[in-house]
Amino acid sequence: MAYALQQLINGLTLGAMYGLIAIGYTMVYGIIGMINFAHGDIFMVSAFIAVTAFTLLAAADVTSIPLALSFVLIVAIFFTSAYGWAVERTAYRPLRGSTRLAPLISAIGMSIFLQNTVQLTQGARVKPIPPVLEGGLVLWDTPAFAVQISWSQMLIIVTTVTLMVAFTWMITQTPFGRQQRSCEQDRTMAALLGVNVDRTISLTFMLGAALAAVAGVMVTVYYGVVDFFIGFLVGIKAFTAAVLGGIGSLPGAMLGGLLIGLIESFWAAYLWAEYKDVATFGILCLVLMLRPSGLLGRPEVEKV
Amino acid sequence: MSTVVFARHAMTAAERLRDAGWVAFVGFILGVPLIGLTTVDVGGRLAVNTRFGLLAATVAAVFAGRLLLRWGLDQARERKQARSAAGAPASADERAQGAQKVVTVLGWIALGAAVALPIFYSDNRYVVDTATTVLIYVMLGWGLNVVVGLAGLLDLGYVAFYAVGAYSYALLSTQYGWSFWEALPVSGALAAGFGILLGYPILRLRGDYLAIVTLGFGEIIRVILVNWTEFSGGPNGISSIPRPSFFGLDFARSAPEGEQTFAGFFGLDFSPMHRLIFLYYLILVLALLTHAFVSRLRKLPVGRAWEALREDEIACRAMGMNTTNIKLSAFAIGAMLGGFAGVFFAARQGFISPESFTFAESAIILAIVVLGGMGSQMGVVLAATLLVLIPEFGRNFAEYRMLLFGAAMVLIMIWKPGGLLSHREPTVRLNPLGRAGAAREAAR
Repeated sequence: MAYALQQLINGLTLGAMYGLIAIGYTMVYGIIGMINFAHGDIFMVSAFIAVTAFTLLAAADVTSIPLALSFVLIVAIFFTSAYGWAVERTAYRPLRGSTRLAPLISAIGMSIFLQNTVQLTQGARVKPIPPVLEGGLVLWDTPAFAVQISWSQMLIIVTTVTLMVAFTWMITQTPFGRQQRSCEQDRTMAALLGVNVDRTISLTFMLGAALAAVAGVMVTVYYGVVDFFIGFLVGIKAFTAAVLGGIGSLPGAMLGGLLIGLIESFWAAYLWAEYKDVATFGILCLVLMLRPSGLLGRPEVEKV
Repeated sequence: MSTVVFARHAMTAAERLRDAGWVAFVGFILGVPLIGLTTVDVGGRLAVNTRFGLLAATVAAVFAGRLLLRWGLDQARERKQARSAAGAPASADERAQGAQKVVTVLGWIALGAAVALPIFYSDNRYVVDTATTVLIYVMLGWGLNVVVGLAGLLDLGYVAFYAVGAYSYALLSTQYGWSFWEALPVSGALAAGFGILLGYPILRLRGDYLAIVTLGFGEIIRVILVNWTEFSGGPNGISSIPRPSFFGLDFARSAPEGEQTFAGFFGLDFSPMHRLIFLYYLILVLALLTHAFVSRLRKLPVGRAWEALREDEIACRAMGMNTTNIKLSAFAIGAMLGGFAGVFFAARQGFISPESFTFAESAIILAIVVLGGMGSQMGVVLAATLLVLIPEFGRNFAEYRMLLFGAAMVLIMIWKPGGLLSHREPTVRLNPLGRAGAAREAAR
């Protein structure tokens, strides 16, 4: 029981991170109908920025943890959004209105490009940083097993919940959110009514990248190691989360992220740890086969 | 028909500079965290190194590159406008036909060179080995071309079928003593079977979902190969896989009792090159068979159905075509060709491990197909040659290979809107003049 509770906490942490990244996939899919294959690598770039920023802070002898974390978050969000913007501007915008496969192939090219850029400029070795947040809270001390929530796990869950609330408010209440939703429904009509579609799409990419940046910082804090290949697997899992929740739906992405995180940690704990990636891919295949619109998505109607 | 003309005034020098300056500024922002700063391991702890010189050089290069690019694009546009103002240009169809002729001639030259290569380099192990690698990629590219280029299904897990072929041969030969020639068709069939098994449930999905699911499938196969140690040898792979023989004649220094070696049978001195050259011709024949097979298929109803499906799936369904079966056939045939290539790969290396079947390999094969021009057989040869030869020019090139290929994939998609798809001509069409010709006729 205690063990299961611990897995629940681990799964929620993992799920929160997947959810943050999944929102990037789901928003981009909602607005321009493409899978942003490079999104996982945007996340990876942000993890590297976080490592550099943490190392800089350590060199500058900054010991206050809240100060360090907020500095790293701001830096990571700034640069990663710039990457999100640049990727959209160079690789996707020129392809709007072409065939369906073209942007996807372009996105795969972009993903390969980003991965190799990071590998060449930052090195192929794993980058470890000293632990930022140590210790935690013991929730339930049984003789056999102590259920514990670490500070970094708490940080991840609290940050994610805060961001989710802020984000939902932005999409439902602000002028930008209204423009974003209108572009999602009908880009041409939105343009006719005076919405700057290009700007809205750019902002969507930047927002997605900013959330991925937060996830990147959290992963760096949580695991303490990054390498240039982490974007691939995490990207796929987050995408699975987006599909599971119903691609195009924001609450769906969050729900899907949590479910994937939980499934992964319980699978690894009770079944075969070495096959946990197979579980995710299996879920992806099953969802796409049985319920392509996901848990909370609307079925897609193709018009000719 | 009306055409939309985008009028754009010529840029002034100040505007050009401002434009390039803006792009360089973006380059600077992007460059700071990755190029300007880097973390290095100093005695077990990370330390930050600055590389502002490199950053400045990159930003300057971006500035100059943007200026040149903008200027080049403007020049090209002006020339195009001047040409269309001067009178009727040669029609796209005529130009395409001219290009087709050149490609055909080039193809025959390439074939001649491929056949002659081992004769001229009969004692250069390195050249023959590299050429064999090129041919493996050509064959994989042609196999994937059926799926991506002809049927328009983006398969990101093609390497799974390559792995199925390689492991089938490795297991059949090491466990049950099957020879290369016995295992080849069986492994191909197994790979095709996997293709159908995977394809059946997922081919109803739309293009981009399909891509992700195939990617997942490729990874599942790899994870299973790594973890199911009793079956596949795990991360250590399978070693001492028997090499193919020449109609029962081994390429060994000395034959076992009652058998003959290749060198002994033909009265030649033993040389390890014999096997390499034999393997080279073997993959050349396999690749040419693939080419002939695919070219014939393109002219059969099933091939036409693939191309129709690629152009417009909804129209196909409206015409009463069974799209699932058509996709499945493309998937199965692509998988089978990948399986054949896998058998050859296992037989040539003598050792296989899951390392050889990662997503990166799928991406390389896809890059070959995309860069070569989806649906174009000669393009695949060109791209495969480039991809294998670039790293051979030196370590630096090897490092930049995937970077260049990633960038090239993006650029190709941008410069040829709709990918090379728009350039691709259907193999058969009703009106021999083509769409452009028909439109001209109608306008008259």
